Amino acid sequence: MQKRNSRIIMGALFTAVFALFLLPSIVPGLDASLAFADETTVNLDVDAVTYDPAPKLTEADYPKISGVNSRVVVWIVAQLHLWFGAFVLAVPIFVFIIEAIGMSTRDQRYDNMAYEFIKISITAFSLTAILGGLLVFCLVLFYPDLFNYLATIFKESMFAYALLFFVESAVLYVYYYGWHWLQGGFKKWVHLTLGLLLNASGALLMFLANAWTTFMMSPAGVDAAGVFSGDTWAAIHNFLWNPINIHRMIANVAYGGSIVGAYAAFKFLSARNKEQRAHYDWMGYNANFIAIAALLPLPFAGYYLTAEMYVYSQQMGITLMGGVFAWIFIIQAVLIGALFLSANYYLWCGMGRSEGAHRYNPYMKYIAVVLVVSFLVWFTPHTLVLTNAELKSLGGPYHAILGPLGIMPAKNTAVNLLILFTFLSFMFYRRANKIATVPWVAKGNAVQVALFTAGIINIFILGTYYGYYTNTVYKIAASIPQVLTTLVIIAISVAIDAFMYKGSKEVAPLRWGRVPPRSQYALFLLAVSFTWLMGLMGYVRSGIRQHWHVTNIFRDNSPDAYTPGLGYAANVISIATIIFMAMVIFVFWLSTVSSQKSQATGYWKEQGT
Amino acid sequence: MIKKRRIPRLLQLVLIVAGVYFGFILTFDVILGQLIPKSLLTMYMFFVITGVLMVFTFTEESTRELIDPIKALVEDPSKKVLRNIVFVIVPLLAGIYTYSSLLPSFEAPVELRTIHPAPPSKMKAYGKRFDLATLENPYRKYEKEDPDKFRELVREGGDVYIKGCQYCHGDKLDGKGPYAAGLNPTPLNFQDVGTIAQLQESYIFWRIATGGPGLPAEAAPWISSMPIWEDFLSEDETWKVILFLYDYTGHQPRSWEHE
Repeated sequence: MQKRNSRIIMGALFTAVFALFLLPSIVPGLDASLAFADETTVNLDVDAVTYDPAPKLTEADYPKISGVNSRVVVWIVAQLHLWFGAFVLAVPIFVFIIEAIGMSTRDQRYDNMAYEFIKISITAFSLTAILGGLLVFCLVLFYPDLFNYLATIFKESMFAYALLFFVESAVLYVYYYGWHWLQGGFKKWVHLTLGLLLNASGALLMFLANAWTTFMMSPAGVDAAGVFSGDTWAAIHNFLWNPINIHRMIANVAYGGSIVGAYAAFKFLSARNKEQRAHYDWMGYNANFIAIAALLPLPFAGYYLTAEMYVYSQQMGITLMGGVFAWIFIIQAVLIGALFLSANYYLWCGMGRSEGAHRYNPYMKYIAVVLVVSFLVWFTPHTLVLTNAELKSLGGPYHAILGPLGIMPAKNTAVNLLILFTFLSFMFYRRANKIATVPWVAKGNAVQVALFTAGIINIFILGTYYGYYTNTVYKIAASIPQVLTTLVIIAISVAIDAFMYKGSKEVAPLRWGRVPPRSQYALFLLAVSFTWLMGLMGYVRSGIRQHWHVTNIFRDNSPDAYTPGLGYAANVISIATIIFMAMVIFVFWLSTVSSQKSQATGYWKEQGT
Repeated sequence: MIKKRRIPRLLQLVLIVAGVYFGFILTFDVILGQLIPKSLLTMYMFFVITGVLMVFTFTEESTRELIDPIKALVEDPSKKVLRNIVFVIVPLLAGIYTYSSLLPSFEAPVELRTIHPAPPSKMKAYGKRFDLATLENPYRKYEKEDPDKFRELVREGGDVYIKGCQYCHGDKLDGKGPYAAGLNPTPLNFQDVGTIAQLQESYIFWRIATGGPGLPAEAAPWISSMPIWEDFLSEDETWKVILFLYDYTGHQPRSWEHE
């Protein structure tokens, strides 16, 4: 029986792999889109097809349902779908990594944790699919002409998307339900390969969906009237496709880490014994580590995306950062700062697990000073909110000292310091329970201090001289060596620490579970901030199209074509965040219900033997 | 052994927060002579307090030290009098704050004005349509190709500026012209690194040619007093004055290519 089952599963797996790799040749036109082929290889068979220009709609072309605001419905459903989608795409990424760590260290705790992570995401997968279906229904119902136009251009990739979803689900189910079956030796390798396949199909799904979204922002493969050239790859590979792909991929990991961190916090706070507390504390720590590791490069990916938007269109760039959406960027800055602060606070509280932490505790106040000062610079707006008396006193809306802090060179400098000092918190955390035994400890520490000092000076020089006294080409380009400086400091410090603490003594065994409950609320804050942040910035990304369905070629003539007020938009996103959080709590609750058993004594009929 | 006396944690918190608050006011309002806006100071202080609380509560010992006096105030029977006083004063202060915040005043509401309004993708001026995404200053190329000619164009742009612009934007291009004091919003300060240094020349062309009335409808109402300069300047003069703005301030227009 078991052998037969194995055959069935292997058969399903083989079919899934086969489908994944042969998809481009099965689906007409997709060879150009998926194989990353030469851009000149336009489908010859579609050359004969003529495409219509983008439709010019009137208000009557937008179907209405009485009492339903179509824009808000599509907005919230799309956002919920994206949140769940981000979560379920992220979890397999770090589950794969954790499983690999478990395999190489042969520490089963990692394997168990990876399994628990994927278990949480299983319910979320079905919610993602349900919300995706709902979104398609909403688009077809409320925006049929837009959907039809996009489907005409992306018909191959939309069909491939639907098929890929099957592939992903098949691989996911084998991966999840086969976890305990595919253990040890070669079987474990097969399982890990499945994890890789799951990630590959998930990433491909996201890239395809990103293409449709970015096409609406920076259309390609169409002329000024919106007539499609027939080149699917050109439409997919539009100007903003890769910047979004990179940004979303990194952000998803950070987001997924924060959600499972919230799950661990939820379980920690509801734990009934020490063992459970210790387990979920450890899980929370790892989830936070994943979230922060991905959060560190995220501002750079975001900066790259925004800079590319500015390159694509001056109008978009200014609308984003200096125009109507600028104040949402201030909220974004505040939320990103809140992420850094809560991540640091969680690390500091976590030092209570170690007996040796008191050696590092006094330094935390200095780290806090740098974090707070950087944070204040990070969210200082370029345009200040001034009362009339203040306007009069300043002689105008320009502040000689605070004004320059409102532009990107100051922000880039501040965020690099935020990252460096968050890393320093992490370094102290790692060191707290260890005593180095190598003879060159003092020299190693001196090198690290020198490295940090030189790096910070370099970041300042790049941020001030190149940021304020050169033209925009150098100003923007200077952000790259700034990032590299930060990355070099982190990489070298990690390497030095690895050698310095090799064979180190442990102060005492780490006491997992010995953290205050308030540290768990920092994990909740991380998840909520991420969610809200993604919602707000997602709105901005979509909103910069303004009154266009597809920028400059397909006008939105619905009654909702206007850009809503910032307060209104923030309220919609806040409501969506609350709905999402309620659904996430439902998912967490389900995971606790699934492990509970009730004894229904006397309920069932006794079976005779 | 003499035990070092330490200021109680709660008092430390109050002193630090008050110190930072008055430090901001002293630095900006008194020493630098550029006051710190109340809205920004409120945001700053919120996160300063958050930071201080983070430092004071990340160990159990320190948290207890901070919270114990508050708990004692609420629970300790010997502090009944003090408790009653605090329980009267705190809601009273909250009430006064709420009342004074909601009290109608003659102060005009604050404005969320954006310094850089977003440009349209295309604009009409001088009887033509311009695509702002591709529009370039036709004279910029002479900066490298023919520096003498370029200097001459800048000088002509300077003449245009002195005749038309300096009354508001100032002879030092710092937004402090003779008429500036009578205008709100005040004229743009081109010396500021956050203004023309951030922008492409096509943007400046759009702003000069269409002036205040040409500002986008998305963020209306605009109250700029900038005239529609296409009615007074030729297209050439507009491009020349743009050359002058960048040349005089030493800024370079926003671009995407290295020189």
